[in-house]
This record gives sequence, C-alpha cells and structure tokens, in this order.
Amino acid sequence: MAVLTVNDLTASYRKNKVLNDVSFNVQPGSLTSIVGPNGAGKSTLLKVMLELHPKLSGDVSFFGSTLNKMKTRVGYVPQRGSVDWDFPTDALDVVLMGLYGRVGWLKWPKREHREKAMDSLEKMGMADYAGRQISQLSGGQQQRVFLARALVQEADLYFMDEPLAGVDAATEQAIMTILNELRMKGKTVMVVHHDLQTVEDYFDHVLLLNRTVVAHGVTKDVFTKDNVYQTYGGTLRYMMEATT
Amino acid sequence: MNILLSHNAQWVIVSTLILGMASGMMGCLSYWKRQSLMSDALSHAALPGVVIGFALVGVKSLPVMMLGAAISAIIAALLIHWIRSSTRIKEDTAMGIILSVFFGLGIMLLTMVNRMPGGNQSGLDSFIFGQAASMVRKDVYTMLILAVLVMLVLFIGFKEWKIFLFDPDFARGLGLSGRLMNGIYLTVLVLVIITGIQVVGVILMSALLIIPAVSARYWTQSFKWMVILSGLFGGGAGLVGTIISTLGEGWPTGPFIIVTSSTLFVISLVFGAQKGLLIQAWQLRTQRKVHVSSSQSNLTQGGE
Repeated sequence: MAVLTVNDLTASYRKNKVLNDVSFNVQPGSLTSIVGPNGAGKSTLLKVMLELHPKLSGDVSFFGSTLNKMKTRVGYVPQRGSVDWDFPTDALDVVLMGLYGRVGWLKWPKREHREKAMDSLEKMGMADYAGRQISQLSGGQQQRVFLARALVQEADLYFMDEPLAGVDAATEQAIMTILNELRMKGKTVMVVHHDLQTVEDYFDHVLLLNRTVVAHGVTKDVFTKDNVYQTYGGTLRYMMEATT
Repeated sequence: MNILLSHNAQWVIVSTLILGMASGMMGCLSYWKRQSLMSDALSHAALPGVVIGFALVGVKSLPVMMLGAAISAIIAALLIHWIRSSTRIKEDTAMGIILSVFFGLGIMLLTMVNRMPGGNQSGLDSFIFGQAASMVRKDVYTMLILAVLVMLVLFIGFKEWKIFLFDPDFARGLGLSGRLMNGIYLTVLVLVIITGIQVVGVILMSALLIIPAVSARYWTQSFKWMVILSGLFGGGAGLVGTIISTLGEGWPTGPFIIVTSSTLFVISLVFGAQKGLLIQAWQLRTQRKVHVSSSQSNLTQGGE
C-alpha cells in the first residue's frame, strides 16, 4: 500500500497556478528527491500536502487515510530560513518542540522528553550544543537541530524542505547518513533537493516537478538527461551543452 | 509625599503596577509575532468605539465604552488582515492606514459629541492621553482580573505560545491550530488595550506593550525570562511613573509611566547583559586583546 497518494492536486499562489494536476504515489521505505527549477512549486507541493497552503482541487491521502488522522505519523522539516533564529531559546528546546504533540497540549515536558530530545541531538552530533543559543549556531548546525527535532517525532513519513541547502560537507554527510538510516528502518522520506549532481548518489527515487509531474520513479530509470531537460526547460540544455 | 498616602493614589498606583505587568508580558508575544505596530494600530483604533459607545448610551458608562473600544479594535484588526491577504499592500502599510483612519474618525466623532448637550463634561478627551488619577477601587479589580487572565493564558499555554511564535508552520503540522492561537492572542491583546487606554490613553498605549519587551530582550536569551522580565519592567515603570506623577500638581500619569519605561529601555540598551552596547564593546575589546597577544606570541615563537 502506498504511504502517500496524491491525486490531481492543483494549487495557486495569488493569481498564478503553481501546481497543476499533480499526481503520484510513494511506496514505503523510499527516499525520494523532489527536483525542479525555482518556482516549480516544490515547497508549495509540501505545504499543500501538509495543508499549510490551500489547494484548489485534488486530494492527498496518507497511509490510506487523511492527514488529520495520521498527523502523528507525518514529520516536517521546514526551510531553515522560514523561522527567526534570533528567537530566545536553545537547541535542546527547539528539539523538544518535536515532542509537543506527545507531551500533550497545555502540559509541560517531562524529564523523559528532555532525555529523548537529548538523544536525538546526540544522533545529529549536536550533543555539545544542547544549551547553545540557536542564534549562535552556524547554518549547518541549525539544520541539524531541525533534523533532530524531526527525528524525535518518530514519524513514518518525513517531508524535508531543502535540508541540504547551504550546509557544509560534514553536515551534508551527517544528514544523508540519518536519511539512509530512516530508510533502512522502513520509513519514507521526501526531500526537496537542489543539487542535480548528487541526486543519483543520494536518492533511490526522484520526482521531477515543474508545476506538474514531469517524471516520477526509480532514480536510474527516471533521472535521464531528457527528463531533466524537460523539467528545467531550454536554459539548462544550452548551459550543459555549452560546458561539455 | 502626602498625596502618596491618600487612599485614591494608592489605588492608582496598584492599578498602574498591575496594568504595566500585564501589558509588559503581553508585549512579548507582539514582539515575536513581529507585530509591535499592530498594538499601536489597535489602540488608536479603539477611539471611535469609545466615542460611539458614549453617544449611543448618552452617559459615561465605562462597560459600554470599553465594549465599543473592543469592537472597533477588532474591526480594525480584521481590516488589517483583510487588506494584507487580499491586496498587494504590505502589513505595515495596512496598519499605518488603519491606524490613522480610525484615529482620525475617533477625533472627528469626539469633536461632534463634545458639541452635543452634556457632551462637554463627558471626559472623553481623557481617552486620548489617559487619566489615571480618576481611577477608583473598582478599576483596580478590573486590572487585577485582567492581569491574572493574561498571566494564566501565558502560563497555561507557555510551550504552545513558544512554538506558535517560533515556527507556526511546524506548530500547525503538530496539530496546533494557528487560527485558534491567533484568536486568543488578539482577544487578550484587545483586552489589555481597552483596559490600558483609560490609564495612558490611546496614543501612549502601545508604548506600554512594546517598550518593556524590547528592554527585556537585552537581558536574557530565554523566552521564559524575557516574559518575566518584561512583566517586571512594565510593572516597575507603572509603579515608579505613577509615584513621580503624584509629586507635582496635575502631573499626567500616563506620560510619566512611558518616560520611566523609556529610561529602563535606555539602561537596558547600554548595560544589557545580552547585546547591550557596553557588553558588546567590552567583548570586542577583550577579543582584540587576545588576538593581539596571541599574534605577538606567535611572532616571538617564530623568532626563536
């Protein structure tokens, strides 16, 4: 059974239609990269699926049910730039936020929650920074904190919006190790990704998106030159041909 | 100091102290919602409601005028939201427009009502700059209830506020309704504003919300302490400002509270333990010293 099924999803941003009849489904235990040019609707797709942005039509089902019923099984890592890192709090506290659903609304986190958050930070190699102000973390460290926050959710399906953007090589490796571990455990991960060079190495599935699905499937079948050209339009073809 | 001992002055002092605490704490939410200007727009927007409330009843009935203030502030908030979401106008511009339109409308209505028979003695003018001196025991109870309410709302949902302010999308992903949180935020903000405008007036009200929060930011890196400190700063400014204003004949309370609060802000700006100007200069100096001495020792080592 598919973990995620998307049918004819259409959404707009102000006057512009950014997603048009997007349909695909995702199998459990897959690591999918969502690839496409700027403005192709990658982030919007995540937000519409998670009901953070309204859709015009179509439907999305999670584990054969609705998002509302499956909320605890779905984890989300927003773009690092979507929050204000000047907010007065420390790394451990941000990770703890991933457990708020489990702590229960209007209740205070307990010691066990704190320990769990600490474990997760440790997994991301951030244990030494637990008490550090989030404003004083580097971009890569902030991204690791976000990942750690998603990990404590112990979700079965993760959406990550450009977790590898603007991070150093060490962080990139740390994140990829974690993503592969998740896949080994049978979890499903969808990642908005920018770097075409690493798609084949990092992801077993790819979703080529430019307002609609250009191609979707196993990376080695789908991530072909023709499909990439079609996704990115003419500009990339000229650029790539010029460099070769 | 004789006035200090008078019964009424004591009520005024207690009221402004509690009001300062409540608005200081509430201001932290506005600060991190990046909506400091929102509180300014809403307090100005309360004025037409006050006047219409008076005009409808014909006598100075505080509950009716407060209800009027709340309604017009909420209409203003909805208008700002509507302008932002359905036009190309940005939020700060929308707030600027609504602030001046509502305040202008309020002043216009006020002038008309003052010309009505009996309108001159209405004391409506006091809503512009506030009139703390007229407060009585009943007002203290109102403020006390308000302050307790604000603290309860903040305390009970503390982690909810934190995640809602830091990462609203993630909060929604966890199932925390953004609409509900926004609704509670707006309701409490409007409650604080309509209580506060009686003391400091619609023009200075936002200072009561904004300044303590900004000052507190200079002392701490924890949201919890920021809220506590902001409450203390707001309460302190209310207390000290009111006491100073009782020293002179007819000295206005509201402005003195704001000036006291601003003094606290300047002290925080200079001496604040986090990002204060002095500490930054000192950190730069020590870093420079360390740098210079380490490069000197490198030189001498290199020479050996």
